[in-house]
Amino acid sequence: MMLIVRSAVPALALLCLTAAPIAAQNKDDGLAIGRKMLADDNPGELWVERGKRLFFEKRGPKKASLEQCDLGVGPGRAEGAFARLPRYFPDTGKVQDLESRLLTCMVELQGFKREDIVKSRFGTLDRDSDMEALVSYVGSKSNGMKMNMPLADPKERDFYKAGEYLFFRRSGPLDFSCATCHTEDGKRVRLQELPNMTDPKQMQMVVSTGWPAYRGTQASVRTMQHRLYDCNWQMRQADLGYASDLSVALTSYLNHHANGGVVQLPGVRR
Amino acid sequence: MSEPMRIRATLQGDVADVRILMRHPMETGQRKDSKGEIIPVHFIQSVIVSHNGKQVLDAQWSQAVSRDPFLGLRVKGAKAGDKISVTWTDNKGDKRTDEATVAAAS
Repeated sequence: MMLIVRSAVPALALLCLTAAPIAAQNKDDGLAIGRKMLADDNPGELWVERGKRLFFEKRGPKKASLEQCDLGVGPGRAEGAFARLPRYFPDTGKVQDLESRLLTCMVELQGFKREDIVKSRFGTLDRDSDMEALVSYVGSKSNGMKMNMPLADPKERDFYKAGEYLFFRRSGPLDFSCATCHTEDGKRVRLQELPNMTDPKQMQMVVSTGWPAYRGTQASVRTMQHRLYDCNWQMRQADLGYASDLSVALTSYLNHHANGGVVQLPGVRR
Repeated sequence: MSEPMRIRATLQGDVADVRILMRHPMETGQRKDSKGEIIPVHFIQSVIVSHNGKQVLDAQWSQAVSRDPFLGLRVKGAKAGDKISVTWTDNKGDKRTDEATVAAAS
């Protein structure tokens, strides 16, 4: 019997050298090989399993599951939902991404308090986040499908436009915008390669195989909302409200540019 | 309560490729929390893998294994439909057993 005991940490430490799997993709790239090895045994799968349980479990003050939650493809259907989000929802009159929609469902259907969910949106070492698990589950239900966000509704178009504006608008004490770091090939923060978001191929890596992703350095799955929150913090901007219209607008802009990318979630990041 | 493991077992010839993901904090006892208090050691001490009830692996682990550990092994002589069961026990006496069925090669 051959035995392989591999701990996730050293491999992930390797990964952190070039976590964004973009510029270096040739076959001789050892880091790309390391990433591929990890992809098979992504600890994020544990979040998918937990999310699946939470989705169907009767929870909250109203003792309801999320089987009546409409993510845009019919009540309780998760298949293909992620690939089409953010979208306009007539019942809330808003454009919502996966997280803000789940938040709506958890408040409306299950009776949770919005503040409580927002407070526990990012898991810590002692407390897992339900949201991160649910996003992993719903995201994984679009695996194999192509991102397809057509901007059919005028409201969706408005959000896309707002997102585009935000992406390029410089502000804050450092006078940064998303575009400062994300519109050129080969940019880095220390050794961390940054995706060029004007390139659809690189954008697809960010959205369709990117977030939610298991982050080795944080020992947890993190979501797109967390990524945006963190980028925002790194630019020393004012806090980006969780599931706020601003964050959904940015997500609309990013996801639309990833159209055509084949979804494979959760991802793995350093 | 501990989270279920994720076990995948796929047949490759007469060898089953078994891949196990466990959810565990694996605290080393060297880290401090936000108040500066040491977080007590909490790690998986023993992992036992059985193939149709017959023990094929008995591993003793230490704090050196990472959080949310992954364990891969290959079991000879396995057939599709065989049962692979995995049990871990940690230093607090918590125990968890999960089972998977060997799937035919895809």
